Amino acid sequence: MTIHEPLTESPASPTNPGTPASRGGLSIRGLHKSLGGRTIIDNLDLSVKEGELVSLLGPSGCGKTTTLRMIAGFLEPDSGSIEVEGQEVSHLGAENRPSAMVFQNYALWPHMTVAKNVGFPLKLRKMSKAQTKERVEAVLELVSLLHHKDSKPARISGGEQQRVALARALVQEPKLLLLDEPLSNLDAKLRVKVREDIRKIQQELGITTVIVTHDQEEAMSMSDRIAVMNAGRIEQYSTPEALYARPETEFVATFIGSMNRLAGSLVDGLITEGPDILGIRPEDVVLADAPFAGAVPATVERVVPRGHFQEVYVRRADAQLRSFVSSELMHPGQRTYAGIRKAMTFRDGRLLGEAGAAR
Amino acid sequence: MAINAGSRAASRIRRPLTLDSIVRSALVGLFVVLMVVFILGPLLWLGVRAFAGNWTFPHLLPDDWTLRWWQVVINDGALGIAVQNSLFFAPLTVLVSAIICLPAAYAFARFEFPGRRFFLISLFATNAFPKMGLFVTLAALFYALNLMNSVLGILVVHVLGTVVFMTWIPAAAFAAVPRNLEEAARDAGASKLRVFASVTLPMALPGIIVAAVMSFLASFDEAQGTYLVGAPAFMTMPTQMYSLVLNYPTQVAAVFSILLAIPSVALMLAAHKHILGGQLAEGFQIK
Repeated sequence: MTIHEPLTESPASPTNPGTPASRGGLSIRGLHKSLGGRTIIDNLDLSVKEGELVSLLGPSGCGKTTTLRMIAGFLEPDSGSIEVEGQEVSHLGAENRPSAMVFQNYALWPHMTVAKNVGFPLKLRKMSKAQTKERVEAVLELVSLLHHKDSKPARISGGEQQRVALARALVQEPKLLLLDEPLSNLDAKLRVKVREDIRKIQQELGITTVIVTHDQEEAMSMSDRIAVMNAGRIEQYSTPEALYARPETEFVATFIGSMNRLAGSLVDGLITEGPDILGIRPEDVVLADAPFAGAVPATVERVVPRGHFQEVYVRRADAQLRSFVSSELMHPGQRTYAGIRKAMTFRDGRLLGEAGAAR
Repeated sequence: MAINAGSRAASRIRRPLTLDSIVRSALVGLFVVLMVVFILGPLLWLGVRAFAGNWTFPHLLPDDWTLRWWQVVINDGALGIAVQNSLFFAPLTVLVSAIICLPAAYAFARFEFPGRRFFLISLFATNAFPKMGLFVTLAALFYALNLMNSVLGILVVHVLGTVVFMTWIPAAAFAAVPRNLEEAARDAGASKLRVFASVTLPMALPGIIVAAVMSFLASFDEAQGTYLVGAPAFMTMPTQMYSLVLNYPTQVAAVFSILLAIPSVALMLAAHKHILGGQLAEGFQIK
């Protein structure tokens, strides 16, 4: 893919250094939405810095798509403010907002060619034919689809349709790019490639971007920051690394990565009865042939091959634990020693603290 | 999958004379015979009849051939007027019906309002009763309103017959336009009117064309109501045919039937290409 910057020449471009950094990006305050008497979004605050890519991540029904549709202007919030580059937009219709959206199923107009689809927003802005053609070709070049400019959307593959949808959004030089589950209709291999393409283009153009996804891997690999949503609220808003290493709530710890979730407390490396919830990452369950500090004898119960590592279920006297082993091949029935290197303790769903044990 | 099924079918064809294949070809044969006898048969008879002089039982073909009946029809002065009237009323009916029904169809497809289902179902009412009964009561009303033997009166009768097609089919076509295609246009900066003109209407167009063709044909073939309301001041092709059938030998009716079929067949052929080649026939990724 050849990346150049045909879109940054315009003064409307988000990378334009003229605007002070503090005013850029997206700022949502006190957003509230009920539908049919049910609260969908509950007093949501979110701020996205200029040029930042933020994912709204959560299970289905958590309100992430509703939030995105309110930002785009397809849904009216009951209360709260939405500011894009310092401009209040919540009272504007979708057609007057400085944002552009890429829809989950791409929403390309089947009766128009690829070039017509991408050129439509410019036609609405009454741009001259020659200039439209130039801009459309530049942006199609950016997503490497120039050879398909005269094809109808039905004649090109899903991945290509996805890139046309992206091009149609980018050609508008939006101050804010919104993507609704952009990769969910692509197969696994293509998904990895397209997400890298999107990230690359986003960083090249420096567009403030919000992505809605339910796929934690997708969110982790693309985002500057992730807002994990649950039941209409943001549970935690931080970098992908922090989200995994220091989840603030039990929900985040369970949703991001995988975890041994056990009732009780960790005392001297042993799990004892208690009112709290213990969260132990599988990589913090250490297995060894010989006893070591904090280790307890254990038996391998089940081994699930996962390619470059194995998922091993071991039974200790106090609990069953799941561990990831990449060095040696384990087999069911094998005797081993299992120690807990690190555990998170949750009370009422909130993180209390971390307890180290082994080593 | 498709290749498997294909090769399985091919191997079945190569293996002759199983009971299965005999029954199957017998059924296909029966179907073909029925089609020929009941659909092609009458048409064929009509075609031959239009050129027949004497045709006596039990001969399979006429005793002699003639073009006399065509002359009779073409020289009949009333016919030219009937053709003109038909070609006047049918397009006008489609136009008026579209102006009245298409906005209604859009409303049925896109808005939820009280009585929506009731109105949608009640459109069938005009087709649920015997036509003649409806027209007789209509005629009583038309006498009171002084609409008998008037263009407006005939137009009302014709439009009534097309309301169901012109509402239901375009309503289904509008409803089938995915919402997020409209939202994408809004997002691109289009006003609501522009969204309708650039996305909704072009995508619903094949359905609207089908409805227009059906309305045109319905108006073109409408005879009972037109006869009651319009005769003798306004004779259209179908009403003219009634008097021809009554006053001339059957050969004249045959000639006239063929003439009456020409516009319908031409329109069908023209529409056929557009509808099958239309956007709705193309697969596109919509959930």
